[in-house]
Amino acid sequence: MPTAAALTLNGVACTFASRDDPSQRYTAVSDVTLTVGAGEFVAVVGPTGCGKSTLLNVAAGLLAPSAGVVQVFGNQLEGINRRAGYMFQADSLMPWRTAQQNVMAGLEFRGVALTDARVQADEWLKRVGLGGFGGRYPHQLSGGMKKRTSLAQTLALDPDIILMDEPFSALDIQTRQLMENEVLALWSAGERRAAPSSPSAPRATQGPLQGLGGRREAQGGQERKAVLFITHDLDEAIAMSDRVIVMSAGPASRPIGEFAVDLARPRDVAEIKTSQRFVELHAAIWAVLRDEVLKGYAQQLQVKAA
Amino acid sequence: MKRQADNTRFIRLWQLALLVGVFVFWHVMTKPGLVPPLFFDNDRQAAFFFGEPLKIAARIWAWFVTNADIYRHLVITLTETLLAFGIGSVLGLAMGLWLALSPTASAVLEPYITAANSMPRIILAPIFAVWFGLGVASKVALGVTLVFFIVFFNVYQGVKEVSPVVLANARMLGASRKQLLRHVYLPSATSWVFSSLHTSVGLAFVGAVVGEYLGSSQGVGYLILQAEGSFDINTVMAGILVLTGFALLLDALVGRIERRLMKWQPREAQTEKL
Repeated sequence: MPTAAALTLNGVACTFASRDDPSQRYTAVSDVTLTVGAGEFVAVVGPTGCGKSTLLNVAAGLLAPSAGVVQVFGNQLEGINRRAGYMFQADSLMPWRTAQQNVMAGLEFRGVALTDARVQADEWLKRVGLGGFGGRYPHQLSGGMKKRTSLAQTLALDPDIILMDEPFSALDIQTRQLMENEVLALWSAGERRAAPSSPSAPRATQGPLQGLGGRREAQGGQERKAVLFITHDLDEAIAMSDRVIVMSAGPASRPIGEFAVDLARPRDVAEIKTSQRFVELHAAIWAVLRDEVLKGYAQQLQVKAA
Repeated sequence: MKRQADNTRFIRLWQLALLVGVFVFWHVMTKPGLVPPLFFDNDRQAAFFFGEPLKIAARIWAWFVTNADIYRHLVITLTETLLAFGIGSVLGLAMGLWLALSPTASAVLEPYITAANSMPRIILAPIFAVWFGLGVASKVALGVTLVFFIVFFNVYQGVKEVSPVVLANARMLGASRKQLLRHVYLPSATSWVFSSLHTSVGLAFVGAVVGEYLGSSQGVGYLILQAEGSFDINTVMAGILVLTGFALLLDALVGRIERRLMKWQPREAQTEKL
């Protein structure tokens, strides 16, 4: 196992200059240091407008930090983070491509032969439950189906790190829980195969969700993907992650609390919410988060009044 | 479903009735001796100024069937239109993409583009006639200047309004600059181009006809010019009707291509007919 963490943010700060008046500056995040271990599922929660998405864009390499360093598996990040997949909050599918063409887009960009890419895309669509929908255009898909397509699009590239920016916030609560469970199942599928201690163990790849990171196995890397999951929903954060990081209210927001989630896996996001440990964790994290939410809310009111 | 079909038929019927009505009115008002002159001194004057539908129809019939001598002119006019449309669109697309993706170039050229666009470009026709002669080329050049700006502005807008999320997503999926152009900017701009296509194909037609009208030896615009020279109002009207018909035809053609290529765009009625 490589000792370097999948993703490290060290003293990261992001300051934006106002477009109208360059002397006006806004510091979204400052002094953020956080680490996501290989195969670890980390959730970041915080009040609205605390710069969670900024952080994710920095980790993705879409945004260069004003200060600080981003490291990916021990190497300093420059430009786009090639080892990361990104699931956006808003619709990110290309509307002029069918679901299948969207899923194969990344493979196509990387020079995979089209026939190959098509086969892989179909397989991924099947895996996210969209077997017969490859020919549909995004506008013909429901919100949940679009998210599934996005998930397939991201996973098809077999990234080592998955960045998720409130990916399910636009979904209704039932679809949301379904998707959360499916993401967890897909994520921990790698773990199941990793379970045999020897890497040369026969492939235990039965079940419908097999094969996540099959090529990775051949390369001798880790099995599970590191996940950095941004959400404003504390329930979702606890139910899904190994660790929850709480951000302070903006501006210049930074991590102010960190909680290990010691709930057993596999989890069902709906059922786990009734467990005793979940309730305790929720109370503990909420105690930290509540003040920040109130602070953030008060600041927003002030901005509106000004 | 049945009601909707009925409704469509009802509308078509009214459209047809309106067309027939206009022509009947035209005929009644212009046919010498049918009604006493209302505005003119004698009953031949209305026919002189407005033409007579029956004679116009006879003229068109002669053009297309008995003499069959309009095809040569039509081919010229349509060739000019399509060339102007094609060249103008490609140039507009290329220029739009370039300027939208290169902020410096766009900032430098901005006042010139605005100036060139606000100039009444029809006035360039005589200059093009001097540069390119009285043949097809000068008409194409005029049409290109008309089409170019429509397409250019639409592409420019289209590229500027590419969803930043879709763009970021494509970058995360590993698209290079060239791939972004090919797979994100171009398709996005194309949808804007198509929304302007109806306008630009019409303007290409205008360019061709006006060019012919100002100086040429063939084409439908030339026919109209000739007829005008001899005060043959019926032939002028016939030429106008033929041009209108073909403009409608071109428009329908564009609509068809648009529907085929733009099927990824949501339409209002997405329910399937059972």
